[in-house]
Formats: sequence, structure tokens, C-alpha cells
Amino acid sequence: MSEWLENHLPKMVLAPSFIAVLVFVYGFIGWTAWVSLTRSKLLPKYEIKGFIQYDRLFASPRWDTAMNNLFIFGILFIVIAMILGLMLAIMLDQKIRTEGVIRTIYLYPMALSMIVTGTAWKWILNPGLGIEATVRGWGFENFSFDWVVNPDYAIYTIVLAAVWQSSGFVMALFLAGLRSVDGEIIKAAQVDGIPTWRIYTAIIIPSMAPIFLSAFIVLAHLAIKSFDLVIALTGGGPGYATDLPATYMYTMAFSRGDIGQAASSAMIMMLVVFTIVVPYLYSELRSKNDG
Amino acid sequence: MKMTAFAAVSTIAMISATSAIAGPEAEVLHWWTSGGEAKSVAVLQQEFADNGGTWTDMPVAGGGGDAAMTALRARVLSGNAPTAVQLKGPAIQEWYEEGVLADISSVAEAEGWADVLPASIAGHMQCDGSWCAAPVNVHRVDWIWANADVLEANGIAMPTSWDEFNAAADKLSAAGIIPLAHGGQAWQDATVFEAVALGILGADGFHKAFVELDEATLTSDAMVAVFDQMRTMRGYVDSNFSGRDWNLATAMVMNGEAAFQIMGDWAKGEFMAAGKVPGEDFLCASTPGDGFLYNVDSFAMFDVDGDDKKAGQDLLAKLIVGQSFQEVFNLNKGSIPARTDVSMDAFDTCAHLSAADMQASSDNGSLLPSYAHGMALRGSQSGAITDVVTAHFNSDMSSADAVAQLAQAVANSY
Repeated sequence: MSEWLENHLPKMVLAPSFIAVLVFVYGFIGWTAWVSLTRSKLLPKYEIKGFIQYDRLFASPRWDTAMNNLFIFGILFIVIAMILGLMLAIMLDQKIRTEGVIRTIYLYPMALSMIVTGTAWKWILNPGLGIEATVRGWGFENFSFDWVVNPDYAIYTIVLAAVWQSSGFVMALFLAGLRSVDGEIIKAAQVDGIPTWRIYTAIIIPSMAPIFLSAFIVLAHLAIKSFDLVIALTGGGPGYATDLPATYMYTMAFSRGDIGQAASSAMIMMLVVFTIVVPYLYSELRSKNDG
Repeated sequence: MKMTAFAAVSTIAMISATSAIAGPEAEVLHWWTSGGEAKSVAVLQQEFADNGGTWTDMPVAGGGGDAAMTALRARVLSGNAPTAVQLKGPAIQEWYEEGVLADISSVAEAEGWADVLPASIAGHMQCDGSWCAAPVNVHRVDWIWANADVLEANGIAMPTSWDEFNAAADKLSAAGIIPLAHGGQAWQDATVFEAVALGILGADGFHKAFVELDEATLTSDAMVAVFDQMRTMRGYVDSNFSGRDWNLATAMVMNGEAAFQIMGDWAKGEFMAAGKVPGEDFLCASTPGDGFLYNVDSFAMFDVDGDDKKAGQDLLAKLIVGQSFQEVFNLNKGSIPARTDVSMDAFDTCAHLSAADMQASSDNGSLLPSYAHGMALRGSQSGAITDVVTAHFNSDMSSADAVAQLAQAVANSY
């Protein structure tokens, strides 16, 4: 009896969560895929009508804007947040006295919700209230910083706010990575008279590759599911200039009663996630098999 | 011990509460949760209780009704629809097609709704010839509001054509006043757009374009002219308009920072709440052009089981369209009664103008549903049009491109 338990307990304990994931993640992915092939409007219908929703999706200029924004936002956000985070981490790694205080200061934005970040930056960037008005108040009458109301630049304000929010977190990740590098190697390099910047570029950073991968995965999924920041900061505007796939899907499903269209956009979003996650999983699994 | 006593008392209370229900019952899903609106619903709740009914309130705030619609979808899918739901325009027909609406023709016929409601508004309340919804109020959308002092100081009269409006706006710009207070949100862009479209296309053209979705009208030269006027109007708003809420734009007119605002008559509530007097502090007029764009709130009646609930539904429908509720509710909300035989004595001058115009335009066929507020088209079609309107207004897209995109977007919205 006890042997039977010993053999089966892990399976029994895991079963509920396994079933929950099976139904609520993969089951609903399947359901969404099905609905995306129908002409569902207000309520889901289950009669398959082919790829009409995808045709509509790719013919929609608003979806084009949303996808372009996702790439602009995703790439800039990930790259800038990683560079800034790495630089902050390296500077904090110089054994400075107030490291604890500074680390907390940079990490704190992460404690705010995206809604708060978005609302605060909305006011800071608002030409009539924030930076522009302040600088003009100092006497620089021609100063102009109206990105948030300019349809061509508004997406960069989203990048700005998102980087502000997340780079402290990336810094913490990298700092942990820096600290985990074997001190003996660094000392050996110092003894050999290698300059500090070479120690970083040739030894420390390459040995942190797994941390880069983790940071990238965390930031990439933050970028793809970004929704609240856009809603709070620009509301998708001006016009629909800062729409992202997530806000597009929300509008279709909940404001316009166009569930089929929303489902097809959700499927495309999932494909985007897969193109990032699948190579990652592949490399992870392969390295395990090799080991 | 204390807990047991408490549990016992609350059980008794629950039992007695359940057994007390015998009369009509109604569960009402709505999103009237802010100040004046909540007060307006309380009026209906009170009347319902006075007639022996039990009202279960189900307010779902957020997203201009989006959250309430999500709640409704969940309730309907689980086979447990509320008795009455705040719904309007073609959404009523959409839900009817899902086969979940009730027939309240017996009440409507006994109360003679067909005789007291304007024909085009009554049309929205009927599903395949039977009555399925009850109208609450009529908001007029094509209003232009103005600061009386600013107009007087600059020697400007209320514009009666878009050319006059442009001339007045140029004059105001030169005087350093923002001509048009506007908030750059998609629905506000659409509100201005439909007022302009009504003026330039005329009532027939508006009906063809935004009710029938006639492609020839959507791609006509007149439509290009509508977008041209929108481009001109873009020059009359301040540079900081993006994302501004409509009530902040109204405040700009109130304090003289801006001269005009184009907005439905809920803006009047803002003026009134600030103690401004219509005709003295602020002026109201219909936007240039003939016609009347209405936004009618209504309650759609859903299929429910049980005689209590059916009785509640009938009572609710009767009260909603009843004269006393129509008067009190609309005094609170700033709109006008949907039925035309309510005494307007207690209403202000703007409401008088609105009521007179509604009657006149109903007679000559220019009483039209507002597209921007979801009265003319289904969500996906009106949304597709709004996408083009807001993209054009917020960029340097040419009018010809906008018209081409408009036709393409409408074709792609089915």
C-alpha cells in the first residue's frame, strides 16, 4: 500500500493542476482557434466558415498599425531596457557605498502597476501640463515636446514609460548575474593586468549568457501582452496610432461585438509568442539532452 | 455562541425576505452609475417599488457599457438572463437575432406606445414587428454649445452654415481664443464628424451613408467635402486635445478658454451643474444643417422564466414609458422624453428647442439615428467607420484617401 502511494502520490498531487492547465490553457486555445474560423459576432457560433476572419484581419489598416507598433515597441523596449539595466548593474557593481539605497531607488518603479506608470507619464508628457509647459514656463518659448499627442511619435512615449518601469528589474537580474561570476577568475585577470572594461566585455558578460536569455524572455512577454500601459497612457490614441494587438483584440471582442475577429487576432498574437518561445524551448531541451 | 446567534438571525432574515416576495420582480442590468445618472435610475427604482415590485439592481460600471455587455454575455450564455438590460439601437436587434429577447407587445399596445413615440424611434424598439424594448429618453447629438460672453465680445452669432462656422473660428483664432473645444478620443472625433456629415450630406445623404451604407454615397464628392471640413476643423482645436475627456472640453467653453463645443446634450448637464444659465452664460443650437441626430437609451426585455419575473417585466416596461417617469428622469439626465405628449414646462430652453426640433424633423423625415453613438449601425460597422474618421483627423491623411479607406473599411466589416 505504502509502496503504491509512494509511486503514485506525485502523479495524484500533480493531476489537478495538470487537468486545470490542460482545460484552461490548451482547451481554450483550441476553442479560440475554432471560433476564429467562424463568423461569430455578439455570441460565439460554432459553424466553420474558413479563413474569412484572417482575411478581414490582414485587410485592416488598424491591425497593420497594431502589428507595426508591436515590433517598434517590442524591439526598442527590450533592447533599451537591457542596455540600461546592464549599465546600471555594472555601475552598482563597482562596490559603491550607497549601493543598497540606489538599488532600491531603481527597483521601485517595478512596484508600481502599469496603470499608475501610464497615468503619471500621461501627465508628465502632456504638453499643456508636463515637461513642455514647465520648460516654456522657464522662458524657453519655442521648446516643444509633444510626442504623446503626435501620432508619429506617440508609440515612443509608450517605450519610454515601459523602459522606465522595467529597467530597474533588469538591473536586478543582471546584478545577480554579475555577482555569480566566479571571483577567482576576475582576480586572476586583474593580476594579469587586463583593464577593467576588458574584464567585463571578455569575461563577465559572456559568462552571463543565461541571464540575458531570461531577461529577454521576461521582457518579450511583457511587450507582447502590453495592454494596461497603452490604455492608461494614450488610450490607443491619437486616433489609433498606439494600438497594440492586445488593445485591438479587446476592442473587437468587448466594444464591437466581433468575437470572430478578436479570436483571429488572438491566434496571431499567440503565433508571435510561439516564434519567440519555441526556439528557446528547443535550445533548452536540446542542451538538456546533450548533457 | 455569538456567531451561532448571528447565523440564526441572518437565516431567519433570509427566509422572511424570500417569502416576502410575491409581487412583480425585476433584475435590471445597467451602467448608469455616475451622479446624475444614478439619481435617474433611483427614480425608476422608487416608482417600481411603489407599484409593489421588487427591484434587484445590477449596475456594472466601466468602459461606457463594455463591462456591462461582458456581464450580459456571460449571463445569457449561462441561460440566466436579467429581466431588463440597458441596450440601445441595433444592439437590440442583434440580441433579438440570438433569440433571447421577450415580447412585450401586450403592454405596448395597451399603453398605445405607437401613438406617442416618433416613428423612427419606435422602429428601434420593435423586433420583427413585435415590441421588445422600452425607450427611456432622447439625447440629441448634433448640438453646438458656445460661451455667450466670448461670442458677444467678438461680435459673432451662432453659425447657421459650416462656412459661417469657419469664418467665426478664423476670427476667434485671430483673437487668441481656441475656436473649438474638443477631446481627441475616437468617439468624440466621430461625434463631430457626424454633425459635419449631416450638415454637408443633408438628411437623405446621411441616411444613405450611415444607415444604408450605400457605397456610392460613401465614396461621393460630398463625402470628400465632409473630410475636407474635418481637416479644417482640426486647425481649430488646440494642440493639446489628444485624449482629453469631453467634460474637460466643456469646461474650456465654460471658462471662456474656448468658444464652441460640438457634443450631445449631456454637455448641458455640465453647464447646469456649474450653475450656468442657458441663453445667458452659454448658448445651445443645432449644428449647421437640417436634421436631428438622436441617441435613445432604452431597456431591452430578455426572456425570463416565472410569472413573478414576467409581471415585473411588464410593470417595468409600463413605468419606463409612463409620463411621470419620462418627465422626472429626463429632468435629471438632461435629455428629453421619448414620448411626445409629456409636458415640457419644467424643462429648460435648450430642451424646448430639442423637443420642437424632434417633432418637426420627425414630420419631415429628417429624424435620424446617430452613427457615432451606436444607434445607426452595428458595432463592427460603426467601429470601422470611426477607425477611418479618427485616423484621418489625427494624421495628415488626404480626404480622398480617407474616402477610399472608408469604403474599404465598411466592406471589410461584415
